[in-house]
Amino acid sequence: MFRNQSSLRRYANRFISRSSTALASLNRPTEIDVQELLKLLNNRPNGVLVAEDGVSEDLTRYNHDWTNQYKGNSRVVVRPQSTAEVSRILKYCNSRMIGVVPQGGNTALTGGSVPLDCEVVLSLEKMSDIHSLDPTTGILTCDAGCILQNLLDFAAAKDHLVPVDLGAKGTCQIGGNISTNAGGSFYFRYGSLHANVVGLEVVLANGDILDMGCTTANLKDNTGYDMKHLFIGAEGTLGIVTRAALLCPRLPPSRCTTLLACDSFDNVLNVLEIAKKSLGEILAAFEFIDGPAMNLVCQTQSKPLPLPASQDCPYYVLVESHGSCAEHDQAKMDKFLNILYEEDYVVDGVVAASLEQMNAMWYLRESCNPSCVSSGYVYKYDVSLPIPEFPRFVEELKEALNDRTFCSLDYFNWGHVIDGNLHCNVVCRGNFETNSSLRERIDRYVFEGVEKRGGSISAEHGLGQQKRKYMAKLHGSETLSKMYDIKRLFDPNRILNPGKYLPEDCR
Amino acid sequence: MKVLVGVKRVVDYAVKVRVQNKSVDLNNVKMSLNPFCEIAVEEAVRLKEGKHADEVVAMSIGPKQCTETLRTALAMGCDRAIHVTTDLRTDYMDLQPYAIAKIFEKVAEQEGTDLVLLGKQGIDSDCGQTGPMLAGFLGWPQVTFAANLEAKDGGIQVERETDAGTETINIPSLPAVVTCDLRLNEPRYATLPNIMKAKKKKVDTIAADSFGIDLEAHNEVLEVFEPPQRQEGIMVDDIDQLVDKLKNEAGVLA
Ligand SMILES: Cc1cc2nc3c(=O)[nH]c(=O)nc-3n(C[C@H](O)[C@H](O)[C@H](O)COP(=O)(O)OP(=O)(O)OC[C@H]3O[C@@H](n4cnc5c(N)ncnc54)[C@H](O)[C@@H]3O)c2cc1C
Repeated sequence: MFRNQSSLRRYANRFISRSSTALASLNRPTEIDVQELLKLLNNRPNGVLVAEDGVSEDLTRYNHDWTNQYKGNSRVVVRPQSTAEVSRILKYCNSRMIGVVPQGGNTALTGGSVPLDCEVVLSLEKMSDIHSLDPTTGILTCDAGCILQNLLDFAAAKDHLVPVDLGAKGTCQIGGNISTNAGGSFYFRYGSLHANVVGLEVVLANGDILDMGCTTANLKDNTGYDMKHLFIGAEGTLGIVTRAALLCPRLPPSRCTTLLACDSFDNVLNVLEIAKKSLGEILAAFEFIDGPAMNLVCQTQSKPLPLPASQDCPYYVLVESHGSCAEHDQAKMDKFLNILYEEDYVVDGVVAASLEQMNAMWYLRESCNPSCVSSGYVYKYDVSLPIPEFPRFVEELKEALNDRTFCSLDYFNWGHVIDGNLHCNVVCRGNFETNSSLRERIDRYVFEGVEKRGGSISAEHGLGQQKRKYMAKLHGSETLSKMYDIKRLFDPNRILNPGKYLPEDCR
Repeated sequence: MKVLVGVKRVVDYAVKVRVQNKSVDLNNVKMSLNPFCEIAVEEAVRLKEGKHADEVVAMSIGPKQCTETLRTALAMGCDRAIHVTTDLRTDYMDLQPYAIAKIFEKVAEQEGTDLVLLGKQGIDSDCGQTGPMLAGFLGWPQVTFAANLEAKDGGIQVERETDAGTETINIPSLPAVVTCDLRLNEPRYATLPNIMKAKKKKVDTIAADSFGIDLEAHNEVLEVFEPPQRQEGIMVDDIDQLVDKLKNEAGVLA
């Protein structure tokens, strides 16, 4: 795995410094613990996966993330099948001071789902029942381990839409989406999970089960502190999400998708303005992909660019409308395109004439991440910025890294432009190993660039291992201290996802 | 060469259809250009771009929303369009291939068409009868399942799909009818400038019942039903469990 001794040392050093404080008060699971955990799962075969020296169950996939930036060393993976089992496991681990890493589809991009060292991984993959979809309210109730794509398919068959959709949908789980407060491509239209999760069941570190409007899910419920919101986006540091009730809108019977090419970012902004004005309430998604990223996707996925006349445009925009009346939507889309054409805001554009063409356009957008990861080591950033600042931010980053380049760097950018959310990726092409001094430099410039523009260094991917170090700079000591209080309230022994999210509490 | 190309509006191929009142439910369902017709349009436009065709006319039979489908064909490069209007369903429930082919016959004669390009079948009814019937009515030569088409010395040479490979057929002189198969080409997307140009192109409308043709359905559809639901698969934990299930549940192992 390691090409040479020095990279091994670097890895080991990073590992020790990362894990020392967070894990200092916790125990590694022993052989006896494994036996006890197995008993708690009624000795079910494969309920507990164990890597033993020599004979090993292959636990690799639970121990590294999808981009290979984070590696753990866990030798025990528990796979409960019910909330009661989750509760028993947590109660036991809490009493034994064993760290537990909740894991969904393990697609998070900031290392939240990967253990630091030997914590127990609690995988929700065996909890994947879909319970119900109420046709009058649209409330869908399901287990946390449901794969997002399965939920989308289930809801679609009943004429509903799950209000979150993202590239990793074939692997990520709804519990992971909720725990990262995932945004995705239709955030602008359907809103955040804070708006769409109407009930949540959570198991706390001591095994207590909180049913927060999950069994009796209501569209409106003003009784007591609405604690479920604390768990949305908490990245598994306060409790384990086991069940959720989601508000699902009706499946839009009419969808129009168009892919446009712009010769400047100013024109991307113009298109955005016209889209908001003329598509109005049917505007569902407005994404952008920059020229280098589009070229990379077409190359790695061997797909032709559907816009033959605009091979080398600096920006591509994907716009989709969701509505209930095809004629009405078509008329709006026509007007939108007409203005863009008359005003010369786009160089070229294509309109999907069938669902197949629609899917082909989304495929290009959703292949950005995988294409990047397959081309080299990715330094990946997910930031919120004032929208007009996108190009300047990237330019500054390029200038900053230009003077003493470590290897030749490529920049691929895309994102949910309508949400002010830029995914900025620096790639060392052909080189698949991390370079920590390069990472530090990029980190610093990204942080400064975001800070001076009043943005956010984590728009939707969360903090995980990558960004927790910034928390003290981002929040005042009063705010941070209340966050520690909350953590202490729900997980006093700090067994849940140690070393993630919040920096160490130094008090 | 004057080309007439058929453009059918059908339920989008990616839609999972539902049956209601003994027919496919068309309410609020995404409709698109029949994929095989799209291939026919692409081929016609290529003939025009290759300077073999002087004019490409797209024709669709169906309700008013067919203008949308025709606009797509025009945006892909057809010169003008003919919309034969009718509120009868075109997915075999009302209008059937016999009547459709009869309408095409009339239009091809009126238009002085040299080559009719059609999809090999509509993906709604899957009949694959319109092309052959039309060739019969007109008394023209035909090639079905085209996988390659070349204009040659006033005629056409067509490679057609067969079970065993392809077969190359030469039609020394036009007119002719060709139905298009999947591998013939990859249709282009409608681009914005062409969508705008398409708005200015001419679309003539003719009422289907003005041809004096018998539009009645001659075949009666007795039943339409959805395929039985596939049972959901399950994950087994290990090989032993798999073997056990194959033996005792599926009964495929002794
Ligand atoms: C190709 C690709 C595209 C992506 N696109 C987007 C996007 O558009 N928008 C966006 O917001 N994100 C995006 N992401 C990142 C996104 O955060 C994740 O894909 C997804 O939300 C995580 O779900 P998961 O089940 O994989 O969670 P994991 O990666 O397993 O876990 C994520 C975090 O949640 C915790 N966790 C997981 N399950 C539970 C649970 N049941 N209870 C408590 N804690 C839990 C973990 O400990 C970890 O901290 C993308 C990722 C990829 C790979």
